[in-house]
Amino acid sequence: MRRIMVGVKRVVDYNVRIRVKPDNTGVITEGVKMSINPFDEIALEQALRIKEQGLADEVLAVSIGPADTQQQLRTALAMGADRAILVQTDAAMAPLSIAKIFQKIAEAEQPFLTLLGKQAIDEDNGQTAQMLAALLDRPQATSCSKVDIADGKATVTREVDSGLETLEVDLPAVLSVDLRLNEPRYVKLPDIMKAKKKPLDIKSVADYGVTEGAAFKTVKVDPPPSRQKGIIVKDVAELVGVLKQKGLV
Amino acid sequence: MSKILIIAEHDGGKLNASTAKCVTCAAKIAGATIDVAVLAADAAAIAAAAAALAGVSKVLVVENPANKEPLAAVLAPQIAKLAVGYTHVFGPSTTFGKDIMPRVAALLGVSQVSDIMAVDGPHTFKRPIYAGNAILTVEAPAGAPVVATVRVASFEAAAAGGSAAIEKVDPAAALPSHTRFVSRSGATTGRPDLQSAAKVVSGGRALGSAENFKLIYSLADKLGAAVGASRAAVDAGYVPNDLQVGQTGKIIAPQVYFAIGISGAIQHMTGIKDAGTIVAINKDGEAPIFESADIGLVGDLFTIVPELEKALG
Repeated sequence: MRRIMVGVKRVVDYNVRIRVKPDNTGVITEGVKMSINPFDEIALEQALRIKEQGLADEVLAVSIGPADTQQQLRTALAMGADRAILVQTDAAMAPLSIAKIFQKIAEAEQPFLTLLGKQAIDEDNGQTAQMLAALLDRPQATSCSKVDIADGKATVTREVDSGLETLEVDLPAVLSVDLRLNEPRYVKLPDIMKAKKKPLDIKSVADYGVTEGAAFKTVKVDPPPSRQKGIIVKDVAELVGVLKQKGLV
Repeated sequence: MSKILIIAEHDGGKLNASTAKCVTCAAKIAGATIDVAVLAADAAAIAAAAAALAGVSKVLVVENPANKEPLAAVLAPQIAKLAVGYTHVFGPSTTFGKDIMPRVAALLGVSQVSDIMAVDGPHTFKRPIYAGNAILTVEAPAGAPVVATVRVASFEAAAAGGSAAIEKVDPAAALPSHTRFVSRSGATTGRPDLQSAAKVVSGGRALGSAENFKLIYSLADKLGAAVGASRAAVDAGYVPNDLQVGQTGKIIAPQVYFAIGISGAIQHMTGIKDAGTIVAINKDGEAPIFESADIGLVGDLFTIVPELEKALG
């Protein structure tokens, strides 16, 4: 079985205005729309395209999170993933613990390719793919904007600060994907119905011999410093005047 | 006592300014000893530049043809060996550091502190979460090494004037051959890089077409600015998505940001939170962009932009 594993994280939808809790212990996530992390959606889309090219037999979606994460995994199944595993926990999880669980799943499932988002848009850690690759002692390529699979190798283009970098990695490999890689498909209603019948296994963190809990103590969460209300200029001449005064043009 | 190792970023010949910013961040930890590790094929010039940074005690040089290109799978095992005896290992939160440091952290058996924007103590750091919509203060355990990336936009570069000792070392790590560098291509637009540009001109859906986006390119070229776009403009197909500024695109901190025909969706605003001055040009005076803009001009962009370009001489 040529399998691709995809990480799917449940996060606050990117369109939600983030508010810090009044007691500074975190951000408000109760009653807000939750979605698949947008970068993970791109990872899943890529996995589905590789399968549709006939280069893979199965796409496995994996998530770690609370029971409600089943919603995001059902969406992943509706997009076209073949089966899903939810490692269910209400606890905060350290990036290294996430990577260790993925490592255990990868060792059992033997995917030739693992695709993850380059970061989750909630905690913005950007660590899981690199850590998983390290733990598996496999190649990694982060922020991929192009992925070609052939002859047991992946040729990937990475978005780097200086432009684009192309690497060739032996498979199995762990790739994290960037925005430019593809545009995820929309889910169609019949696929949502079909997804209800696809297998979704529920596991616990303990099943993988990993401990629950965050890596670091949260001291506090603050709102960002707010921007001061600006000025309205009446025309271009005034705009240029203000910009020149500030030394910006 | 904190002993900090900073992983130098370079292009094979020159030290990247991000390294000097990591030194400034490390120096915020009181009484810290700061060393810099240079892993390269030919390290002489890079090591000399690192040794000249004020505050650096020692530069560790690992010269190896395998270190010619910054491959995480190759560099991380060497860095993990070098890290022995250090309390902290820092790298820049650039695509270089973001790629390598988590792999180092995993090899050292710790999670990483991503994107340090302020240092509150040897183990206490502030970092942005939710694309900067919240600032998290975390405390890492004192008994384990701290592996972190440093948000370069938050720190000034350390000054020159140092004269650190340069020491060649051999971390004797087994290096994999499963990852091979093929090529690198720079931006071919001739314009500054969007991620690091001091000036950025962005266009939104109000431009109406790819053709009309020429107005944005033209103004950007006049200003020597990079070009960006809102998600709406990217989704409408006016520009490729590598120009997207916002939570799911690029998060940038230019000195001046021109938002032209951009309404100011939350998605977009989180990408420019740290911009120095935001200039908004929009025909809708009620657009949310004006709540965050430092300078607003209400009017038709198709009149204003050419006029602005002309006024800039």
